[in-house]
Amino acid sequence: MQRAKMDLWVGLFVVAGIGALLILALQVGNLGTYSEDKSYTLVGNFENIGGLKIRSPVKSAGVVVGRVMDIQFSTKTFDAVVTMNIDDRYQFPKDTFASILTSGLLGAQYVGLAAGGDEGMLKSGDKIMKTNSALVLEEMIGQFLFDKASEDDEGDSDKF
Amino acid sequence: MPRRIVIGIRGVGHRIIESVWRLGYAARFFSLILLKSGTSIRRFGLIIRELYFTGVLTMVIILVSGLFVGMVLGLQGYETLQKFGAETAVGTLVALSLVRELGPVVAGLLFASRAGSAITAEIGLMKATEQLEAMGMMAVDPIARVVAPRFWAGVISMPLLAAMFSAMGVFGGYLVAVVLIGVDEGSFWSQMQSVVDFRFDIVNGIIKTCVFGVAITAIAVFEGYNAPPTAEGVSGATTRTVVTSALVILGLDFVLTSFMFRGVG
Repeated sequence: MQRAKMDLWVGLFVVAGIGALLILALQVGNLGTYSEDKSYTLVGNFENIGGLKIRSPVKSAGVVVGRVMDIQFSTKTFDAVVTMNIDDRYQFPKDTFASILTSGLLGAQYVGLAAGGDEGMLKSGDKIMKTNSALVLEEMIGQFLFDKASEDDEGDSDKF
Repeated sequence: MPRRIVIGIRGVGHRIIESVWRLGYAARFFSLILLKSGTSIRRFGLIIRELYFTGVLTMVIILVSGLFVGMVLGLQGYETLQKFGAETAVGTLVALSLVRELGPVVAGLLFASRAGSAITAEIGLMKATEQLEAMGMMAVDPIARVVAPRFWAGVISMPLLAAMFSAMGVFGGYLVAVVLIGVDEGSFWSQMQSVVDFRFDIVNGIIKTCVFGVAITAIAVFEGYNAPPTAEGVSGATTRTVVTSALVILGLDFVLTSFMFRGVG
């Protein structure tokens, strides 16, 4: 085979390979939609984070606005400190409400942000004051049984 | 009877010592390639010629099998996911399984059997026909002139081929799920993009393919260079290249996966 023709084919091969990498990065991956360098961090303390993981999405009104970057346990307040990276395009008021929710019946857990009505906006490094922790099934069942039992007690006392 | 047992045990011991010796010899050979690859990188034309044989000629089989693997994943994923009403997640399933596992591993297996065996057979035959010795006689180092360019061409082409495999597979999944079955196109792509992370999934997949590329081509050139200089020896070396590379790919894949994806989403 001629030298020039071979070079041409190798060039095409390398271009196709790099093109495939670009397709993977931009169309398949999240590089095109979400960039980490244009983001700010928010911190929230949660009583219980349930199954939240690092990289879990942060959503507001169902739209992914950021990701959980770090989860630590605080020995001062004895609760979980969740650090979130939020896209710069989305600003939230100071009284934003953060809660840990589950997508679907069996789905993964995410942080849901519900915007409040405050004039001032949260800045990078700010702490979200109002948080709601994850629902834990055992606690829910325990609460339900406790309520049921106290109801029965009341019913009994009415009889006698 | 005891004599037979002694012979048997002796045979096992001999095999173990032989394989350990071979491993050390392979490590020495590998470092020799790295030491002498300076010349072949300076003469980049040599690598380009080998890139044509290892990369360009392997491209067709990689593209076609990538397409079919993606299509099968789309079909099977749809069948299972629609039971839970989650058929839009088929894009996520196809993309994640291709980028994390199937792309590197299947492309690596194909690369080993298409390009690795060719490298072994070529170098082995060069040795059998005493071309390598003739080169040595003319003060041309056969490792720098024959082995190193093939090694580097394999290392360069493997990640590119695996990326093509994954991209083609995602396209195949798109063809089956969206065009044929009729899953919503918007949610197919957006669910994929919201789950597949560039750094954790795609970059880790590329690291895997680089490791596999080094392993496969190192095995291929080693087996070729050390093939017994007979027709039988070359055929045995070619078989060993494919078998050893397949085992090494699957073993390394387990090790790399347990390092990369433990405790992450």
